[in-house]
Amino acid sequence: MNGGQDLGGMQGFGPVVEEINEPQYHADWEARAMAIVVALGACGQWNIDQSRHARETLPPADYLSFPYYRIWFEGVQKLMLERGMIHAEELDGKLRHQPIAVKGRLEKEDVWTALHALGGAAERPADSKPAFAQGDAVTTININPTTHTRLPRYARGKTGTITKVLGHHVFPDSAGNGLGDDPKWLYQVRFSAQELWGEQANPRDCVTLDLWEPHFVRA
Amino acid sequence: MSGDHDHDHDHSHLDPMDARVRALESLLAEKGYIEPTALDEIVQIYETRIGPRNGAHVVAKAWTEPDFAQALKDDATAAIHALGYTSRQGEHMEAVFNSDSTHHMVVCTLCSCYPWSVLGLPPTWYKSPPYRAKAVIDPRGVLADFGTVIGEDVAIEVHDSTAETRYLVIPQRPAGTEGWSAEQLAAIVTRNSMIGTETLAVQS
Repeated sequence: MNGGQDLGGMQGFGPVVEEINEPQYHADWEARAMAIVVALGACGQWNIDQSRHARETLPPADYLSFPYYRIWFEGVQKLMLERGMIHAEELDGKLRHQPIAVKGRLEKEDVWTALHALGGAAERPADSKPAFAQGDAVTTININPTTHTRLPRYARGKTGTITKVLGHHVFPDSAGNGLGDDPKWLYQVRFSAQELWGEQANPRDCVTLDLWEPHFVRA
Repeated sequence: MSGDHDHDHDHSHLDPMDARVRALESLLAEKGYIEPTALDEIVQIYETRIGPRNGAHVVAKAWTEPDFAQALKDDATAAIHALGYTSRQGEHMEAVFNSDSTHHMVVCTLCSCYPWSVLGLPPTWYKSPPYRAKAVIDPRGVLADFGTVIGEDVAIEVHDSTAETRYLVIPQRPAGTEGWSAEQLAAIVTRNSMIGTETLAVQS
């Protein structure tokens, strides 16, 4: 979706400013919010793409102004409300509903193992061969779905070159919208800066994106 | 941090997020979805055990062991996992090597994808709109914001992390480090050099 998250190429934010000796968190709640999001993965009620989509549905003005961990917090709360894990009237402490059945709960002694479990591996067995090879010229499609996609606005309708076949991966444009893993071949695609941004861009520079087969056609 | 200083004035100015997150944590614990001590453990692990020292180890090893550098180029996932750096947001890795002709820089324009397994949790600037917006359209401007100068004759290649592939930049080994041990070298590898927003140098 063309939400506040799709930031590539937007202008007017001013310089990138690095905070020197930045602490890991700027408030205690940020650490708790991060950990809540990580821990709730064990409940198995959503995948990472649905999690990203929940965040990007925040109104753009909120997305652009909230601290990052608040974006995570609002996203995870939305996912739980949608699934009936929690209810709006519970948040003010007035009512309690029974919990729903979930896949599991992350216990303290399992945390280190869980963080090392490569649980987010996105590669899936393939029953097809990749239709494109390194060196092939491809043109991205022009789509503007209101649902989740990993093809950003700035790279739609652009021509680039396949630089690597990355594997057969879960397709977020399906998985993020509740349509299952729907794995597709994934490629690294290189676009010249001038193709993306016009003549004023540096002729040597380029941008690569990792895109799935449905995102482009042969140029 | 709001909670680690001593003072006795009224706390009513505290971020309302503090109350909201506490309330949600209590609710989730009461409903049995989370175990609060597991949250403590998650926070602690990302503060002490998973961070940019992991990535610095990878870089120093690549500088000192040509076979490992080749293994990183051939299959970064296998090479990095073999060192034990297998945590989440590091499932699929690509190592990109800076050279005299190409400088690499990594961004996630759509969210905050970052190689947690080798760099830990990302800094705020990496996740914020100024960097995510500017890195792809004006990478040389971003480098200038960091005080990094890359010659006009060097190509800038920006990697937008739109899939589960996580990119680690292998910076160029600075002059003046001949004969250094891998441990000495790892100590000078900065987080930003592995994102690509700075280059490395040592005092001569």
